[in-house]
Amino acid sequence: MNKLRNITKKQLFLPIISMILVMLINVLFDIIDGNAAFDFFAISMKNGVLYGRIVDILNRGSEIAILALGMTLVVSASAGTDISVGSVMSLAGGMCCMMIAGFGVTSVSTVAELAHPIWFGIVCGILVAILAGAFNGFLVAYMKIQPMVATLILWSAARALALLLCNNMIVYVRMDEFKVFGSFLGPIPTPIIIAAICIAVLAAVLKFTALGTYIQSVGINKRASRIAGFNSANIILMCYTICGLFAGIAGIVNTSRIYSADTNNIGLNLEMDAILAVALGGNSLGGGKFNLAGSIIGAYTIQAITTTLLARGVSTAQAPVFKAIIIILIVVIQAPPVKEFFKKRSARKSAVKEAV
Amino acid sequence: MKNPTLHNMKKPRIGSHTIMLMITIVLFIVLYGAGCVMYANKEFGRLQNFLNVLINNAGLLIAACGITCVMLTGGIDISVGSVVAMTCMFMSVGLAEWGMSSGVLIAMILCIGLVFGAVQGYCIAYLEIQPFIVTMAGLFFARGMTAVISKEQVSVPFDSWFGQLSQIKVEMPFQIGAYLNKKGVLMVPYVRITVVVALVMVLITFLMLRYTKFGRSLYAVGGNQQSAALMGLNVKKTKLLSHVLCSFYATLGGLCFCLNTMCGTPTQATGLEMDAISSAVIGGTLLTGGVGNVIGTLFGVMINGTISSLVKFNGKLVASWANIITAILLCFFILLQAIFAKIKERKK
Repeated sequence: MNKLRNITKKQLFLPIISMILVMLINVLFDIIDGNAAFDFFAISMKNGVLYGRIVDILNRGSEIAILALGMTLVVSASAGTDISVGSVMSLAGGMCCMMIAGFGVTSVSTVAELAHPIWFGIVCGILVAILAGAFNGFLVAYMKIQPMVATLILWSAARALALLLCNNMIVYVRMDEFKVFGSFLGPIPTPIIIAAICIAVLAAVLKFTALGTYIQSVGINKRASRIAGFNSANIILMCYTICGLFAGIAGIVNTSRIYSADTNNIGLNLEMDAILAVALGGNSLGGGKFNLAGSIIGAYTIQAITTTLLARGVSTAQAPVFKAIIIILIVVIQAPPVKEFFKKRSARKSAVKEAV
Repeated sequence: MKNPTLHNMKKPRIGSHTIMLMITIVLFIVLYGAGCVMYANKEFGRLQNFLNVLINNAGLLIAACGITCVMLTGGIDISVGSVVAMTCMFMSVGLAEWGMSSGVLIAMILCIGLVFGAVQGYCIAYLEIQPFIVTMAGLFFARGMTAVISKEQVSVPFDSWFGQLSQIKVEMPFQIGAYLNKKGVLMVPYVRITVVVALVMVLITFLMLRYTKFGRSLYAVGGNQQSAALMGLNVKKTKLLSHVLCSFYATLGGLCFCLNTMCGTPTQATGLEMDAISSAVIGGTLLTGGVGNVIGTLFGVMINGTISSLVKFNGKLVASWANIITAILLCFFILLQAIFAKIKERKK
């Protein structure tokens, strides 16, 4: 009994439980439909690439997972959210395609038509995203503006800038060298590899340097950590810059997936999913301690929910209803008063047992 | 009276918030004046054009007033845009397909707003979940419900009582700003009924915030929750009520929005919540709570409207310029607020 209680107290308990719940629902639906019970977990090779619903979730969830990494740091350090990441994704994608194709050109398909090499476009796209992150960070860290308001500026401006860069049109880059970031590398979908690299690099940095501890200490008490000798402002600025970098990478992946800069739709409302991933992972949006693994599990849980809904034939426009209900349920279970209520009830039960 | 400058700040009556409000009003006048000079040949300065800005933004104005109330308590509500869309869709489908009467529908919609706000407020105030997450769920829910009600665009039938409302022109008294059009017919500037509703709501909110116990407690909770609780205010109830009020305003704003567009689409009013928040911020409301005023919000909305009107009058500029200019203005105002806050800190 005590062991069970210890497990339920772990931060990762609820995120994992909700992930398992989503999987169970999938299994249940499969049984109802008369498919094989564990169809959900089946992975097969088709046309030389991995195929299966798990692979699909991992593939489609890459952007959310990458965004959630940066968002976790931002939330932890500044007790606020960066709502501009979706727009910054669009800006990075627009910048990248514009650089590759040249301003005003809407479609390129051969090397001869390129205005700049592909690597240059990608670097430019990521650079502009880093710049956007640094701008957010400057406003939050040095001008002491609430994170949500500060990032509201780029939330509206970044997408508008991307539209201007692409001359209000969709820029296509129909080249295999560009498509590779959103399609397959060998049998494995490239986005999964990119997400894995991002996760590995950030996890390594947090593990082998004291950065993670610094960020948490700034998030828990800004003034105390400044007195302890950290430059709080610089750490917050760094978190936002990293968040911008990840937004840029996610933007490039998303652009490459559809091999075009559809600036109106790239990353639309993805900031909500990223913030949600952080919250689902059991991280407090009030800053302080964070758990990267929780955020990553949260990100894939959200994608699993979305994929499940779409597989059940719910239209993309209607899916948010179910998403909202699931969010509220998960968040209510994690709410402090509800937790306290259950704690009191179990305490009362054990007291009754002892009395007997 | 002398112009309020930084030197006058020692006098308690003109605080930095008053200066912010003044700057907002001056900026609006400058923007509008610039438009009048630049597009003099296109009659930008006509009273009717000014009224059109109001007509186009009546729904946004009401929603922004609601958001201001929530922001005063230090909370946030990002669900209003979706609630507006849901309202429009419910109204148009209710009239066009379910054949219900307008009065019943309006009553139902306003009740939905109250319930929606109560659920959100309960989660925020009593279950202590972050407002951003709760209202984000609200955003998803309302946006999804819009598509559940109907996936396609539905128009409001003009023969209904509600449809007739959209035809009413409230003409300016004494023919102020009247002009002869090209055919020589006297055109009297008018506003739609939505503008009247919006301005009345602004006035009511202003009076409520200034003179009622509830209004003052909103400021108290936003200023400092602990001291508000120590003063004997019911902090949780105040927060709950502020969210009820916000969602109610959002549905009312949605009705006005519907009268303006006369249709419901699943993608309607996306991003309206951010427009409302940025209007409130430009008007001097702080997201941390405790500071703000609906008059500021009114001018914030008018600045937003004027910018898009200016971009429209230019004709050559792409619509996204309006977003960029608004963002630059927002940046300017936020930096100004930050500078004022720093000056205040230094004085202490």
